[in-house]
Amino acid sequence: MHMSVRQPMPAQPADVRAHNFKEVALGYTQKQAVAEAERCIECENPQCVKGCPVNIDIPAFIKSMKASDFDGAIDKIKETNSLPAVCGRVCPQETQCEMYCILGKKEEPVAIGRLERFCADHELEKGVKAPQRAPSTGKRVAVVGSGPAGLSAASDLAKAGHEVTMFEALHAAGGVLIYGIPEFRLPKDIVQKEVDYIGQLGVNMKPGYVIGRIKTIDELKNEFDAIFLGTGAGLPNFMGIDGENLNGVYSANEFLTRVNLMKAYQFPEYDTPIKIGKHVIVVGGGNVAMDAARCALRLGADEVSIVYRRSDEELPARREEIEHAKEEGIVFRLLTNPVKILGDENLMVTGAECVKMELGEPDDSGRRRPQVIEGSEHVVDADIVIMAIGTSPNPLIFEGAEGLESSKWGTIIVDEAGMTSINGVCAGGDIVTGAATVISAMGAGKLAASTINEYLG
Amino acid sequence: MTYNILEKYEMVPTVHLMKIQAPDVAKAAKAGQFIILRIDENGERIPLTIADFNVDEGYVTIIFQEMGKTTKQLAKLTTDDKLQDFVGPLGQPSKIEKLGTVVLVGGGVGVAPIYPQAKAYREAGNKVISIIGARSEDLLILEDKMRAESDEVYITTDDGSKGHHGFVTDIVLNLLEGNEAVDRIVAIGPPIMMRAVAGVVEPFDVETLVSLNPVMVDGTGMCGGCRVLIDGETKFACVDGPEFDARKVDFNLMMSRLGLYRPEEAEAIETYEKECESETGCGSGCTCQ
Repeated sequence: MHMSVRQPMPAQPADVRAHNFKEVALGYTQKQAVAEAERCIECENPQCVKGCPVNIDIPAFIKSMKASDFDGAIDKIKETNSLPAVCGRVCPQETQCEMYCILGKKEEPVAIGRLERFCADHELEKGVKAPQRAPSTGKRVAVVGSGPAGLSAASDLAKAGHEVTMFEALHAAGGVLIYGIPEFRLPKDIVQKEVDYIGQLGVNMKPGYVIGRIKTIDELKNEFDAIFLGTGAGLPNFMGIDGENLNGVYSANEFLTRVNLMKAYQFPEYDTPIKIGKHVIVVGGGNVAMDAARCALRLGADEVSIVYRRSDEELPARREEIEHAKEEGIVFRLLTNPVKILGDENLMVTGAECVKMELGEPDDSGRRRPQVIEGSEHVVDADIVIMAIGTSPNPLIFEGAEGLESSKWGTIIVDEAGMTSINGVCAGGDIVTGAATVISAMGAGKLAASTINEYLG
Repeated sequence: MTYNILEKYEMVPTVHLMKIQAPDVAKAAKAGQFIILRIDENGERIPLTIADFNVDEGYVTIIFQEMGKTTKQLAKLTTDDKLQDFVGPLGQPSKIEKLGTVVLVGGGVGVAPIYPQAKAYREAGNKVISIIGARSEDLLILEDKMRAESDEVYITTDDGSKGHHGFVTDIVLNLLEGNEAVDRIVAIGPPIMMRAVAGVVEPFDVETLVSLNPVMVDGTGMCGGCRVLIDGETKFACVDGPEFDARKVDFNLMMSRLGLYRPEEAEAIETYEKECESETGCGSGCTCQ
């Protein structure tokens, strides 16, 4: 039986990286990349592809890598994925392609994500080739939102020959890739290069355009032949507990936007300030919570802890991110839930009153329901509290969108092809599903692009 | 994409007017809304209430006071410069309707956002009584324009150098206690003024609105930094406001939140002024030296 060891990802040592914003995972060397590619046994009935929301021909690109044909490999990847350098870094491959890899039954699966990243970085280093476009169709399509869903929709629509205009509320394109995911996990110049690639396809970018305010969907319908809505789940949730408006309580969205988009970690060279806590609490257990905690640590906090109401096993973040956070010294206060944020006479945060939890019977989501242990109240000192308990769809897009149907959660309702209740208006990504992953949003963007292609005939 | 500065001048010491070429923003703008601007790539995003807009000529007017680093830097720009970003209109427009008599109160640089409201309320057929105040006569802005859009204008100065010697609230109280049937009051100015207005209207049954301008980042509901407590309920000033019922605003919390970054603001100003004074200058090509 063929046995092989997965190539480890070179990374900055934990004690070094905890003090800088540079990328944690350094990427495979060429030698490592080829060695890892060699591990693929080229099974007759490859399962990996069915785990990929954008259907990358994984066996084909890995085969090219074995022959050191990295140009061929990236061409293959880009047939279906316009953002490989992003996906290679932030996709949860362990629950997607790599979960289906046959090697995973006996040993570790092929590191498909790391290989994808290698090919993408290889191409970015050389300079990206101008992509092919179909002849102009003369049709105009508006893409609202420039996050993963919008970028992938815009890319496919432009390749099909439509004239695409992309509207973005913030001043930079990329959505969560630019404001949410930190530099040390996804360098912003990588995102910029991927966005530039979409620009090379002829997509007209309109940053600083808040649709729902400067123009409505109804107005866009008069100017464009079709519309894609990929406005994401941008509204931060709060717990609704006492003291949440005290000074020093941030939503994860605000904290991360200040750090990532506004580069507050380089204040005062950049103008946007951020409060650097001594003791920082991050409430929540997802990837966003890990990102916020690790940013707070890098800004210079003495102690950063994750406060999560369930146990380690239920943490929704990627295991790799949890391990990275632990290595860097993030404290995990598990089975703990804040019930009140405490403050002083100047309305500055001083801590959080928390209770201990225990897990009871499984709830509707199948996870064991956390229950309060009576008499377990205790105070955790903190001068900064970051709420990372999820986001909801932003309702702005519905202003002046006659007939656009939404669910009780505020998401846009679409059919199986991604079409909304308004003919010619598609939607996809977090605005449809609620907060999910980069790659599922990209999948939805691609689906909607193909639906729009069909609609435009 | 950048935005041209069509006109710029200092109205009174430290208060400046700027006309920004932004046709799409001008077309969509309504009284009560605001914009967010960023001067350059390293800049922060700051919200400013729209002071005027012209659809035909495609510009939006902003009026700002030199306060922090960004407004000091903004004050040094000329018509040769451009703004990196100019996003808007943001926030809910004022609910302009025909009510009868509307009292508009503007304090300091807050007279600027009151001006488009005066125009709009007048256009809707209301009697507009304006009360505009400043610390002293030489800091009073837009008097002529306010006179042109108001049926009556009262002026107050803290030092008595013009009009009533005292605060805008004195006139508000006089009007409410007098014979005038007031249907709505809109007050915009420093938080302390708006809180004082909320205080004097308390015993009277008159709808009173204030326009809040807390710290913001995106202005679209994304960051929640601008949250304010209205009648015990958390609201985002950027999407739920900026106008709220004056009686329901928790001003203490809002004012405290406005002060959160005061140490950082001081540091930013110090760094900026050092750059301006250094031999090489700040690199922005400004002529402040």
